[in-house]
Amino acid sequence: MGLSSFKRALWVFHVATGSCNGCDIEIVAALTPRYDVERFGIKLVGTPRHADVLLVTGPVTRPMLERLKRVYEQTPDPKAVVVVGGCGSTSGVFYDSYNVVGPVDEVIPVDVYVPGCPPRPEAIVHGVVTAVAKLEKVAERG
Amino acid sequence: MSGLQILWQGAAVLVGGGLLGLVYKGFDRKLAARMQARIGPPLRQPFLDLGKLLVKETVVPKDAVAWLFRAMPFLAVAASFTVLLYLPWGPFPAVLGGYGDAILVLYLLAVPAVAMALGGFASGSPLATVGAQREIVMLMSYEFPLAVAVIGVVWRLSTLGVGPAFSLEAIAASPLWAQVGPLGVIGLAILAACLLVVTPAELSKIPFDIPEAETEIAGGLMVEYSGTYLALFYLADAAKTIAMAALVVILFAPYGIAGLLGLKGAGAQAVDLLFHLVKIFIVMFAAVTTVRVAMARLKIDQVARGFWLQITAVAVAGLILIVLDRMVVG
Ligand code: SF4
Repeated sequence: MGLSSFKRALWVFHVATGSCNGCDIEIVAALTPRYDVERFGIKLVGTPRHADVLLVTGPVTRPMLERLKRVYEQTPDPKAVVVVGGCGSTSGVFYDSYNVVGPVDEVIPVDVYVPGCPPRPEAIVHGVVTAVAKLEKVAERG
Repeated sequence: MSGLQILWQGAAVLVGGGLLGLVYKGFDRKLAARMQARIGPPLRQPFLDLGKLLVKETVVPKDAVAWLFRAMPFLAVAASFTVLLYLPWGPFPAVLGGYGDAILVLYLLAVPAVAMALGGFASGSPLATVGAQREIVMLMSYEFPLAVAVIGVVWRLSTLGVGPAFSLEAIAASPLWAQVGPLGVIGLAILAACLLVVTPAELSKIPFDIPEAETEIAGGLMVEYSGTYLALFYLADAAKTIAMAALVVILFAPYGIAGLLGLKGAGAQAVDLLFHLVKIFIVMFAAVTTVRVAMARLKIDQVARGFWLQITAVAVAGLILIVLDRMVVG
């Protein structure tokens, strides 16, 4: 256990902080038979308490600011954050919106960025798998 | 049986039952994936999930009633594993067969559901409270048809002078099908069908996963549980699946095949045990895996009404047929 526990059993929670729903659809697409992330033991869960990885989509809007922090804190350690999409990485096309606080990494620590608008499901799966490396390192340190 | 014997047999059943539960969970997920034209997780996925949950942090929410929240996962595991000790395993009698019967098993099967509901209430989350209420409503609705099915079988056996009544061993030792008339066979078939409908409800699997309903109340009962406690509930679920499917097999299909193959001694026992496990698997596959792939979630009022009116009516009809059979055949 420990070290490799996360390699093939990764539970993912999806947080939409103000995305246009494009990235969200691509995340769901990764669950479909065509991509089938369950093959790698990746499972979408309904609550941050069960999650190992947070998939955050969209720029952080003002109302979502506190919620995003809260969801991050609710996730048990060790955890990793994967930002999906250009919006979450840089605020994207919404960079000068009055209602956008900033990209996700200005609110919570981010481990992996998956650029794209929206990224392809392959890229999202790759991003999640990259996050495993971080989790393993944390688990190793104990 | 001596104390020592009970001890080592009990340990064997508990460890075996736990492993079996996880392996069957793996099969369940793999087969469900195959039916959806996916590749699906490896068979050992439940073990991987469990291992991962054990290294995760375990959070007790600030608003929770801490001692209740902590105690309930242990209660669920203890109850669902205890059931395994009261069930006969194919050719092998139940470890604690002399100390409890079908009625005790029925009650023990209800305990994990109650423990989950209490844990949900104790976690202080509104989502978990909704889930817990639904769990209790479900418990109240499927318990009656379940009891009717079990009592129908037990009563008919007792009229045939098979004793002691309610002992699962006696039930397993004398399959009813050949001893009743045509009316009784129809009645038994109806009761068996009712029990198969109750099985996924008892296990909170789709279409009866209403208390957990991930897409609607975010995991319901389990919403605040994490790490080790979640792992315990996971384990309880695995053991309970085995226990429930085994109960169906014992009541309605307690046949061995060693006699047919002309085997004797240890070989016969091994073959019969294996056959018993295969039957458990078939029940699980038919009543849980296939159903959960084919259906969507029902609403709680549909489930309550369905079990109280339709399924209960069908079960009672089965019971009446068995009573009539007793009057005709004797
Ligand atoms: S990155 Fe593109 S698809 Fe994703 S939320 Fe932003 S605008 Fe929508």
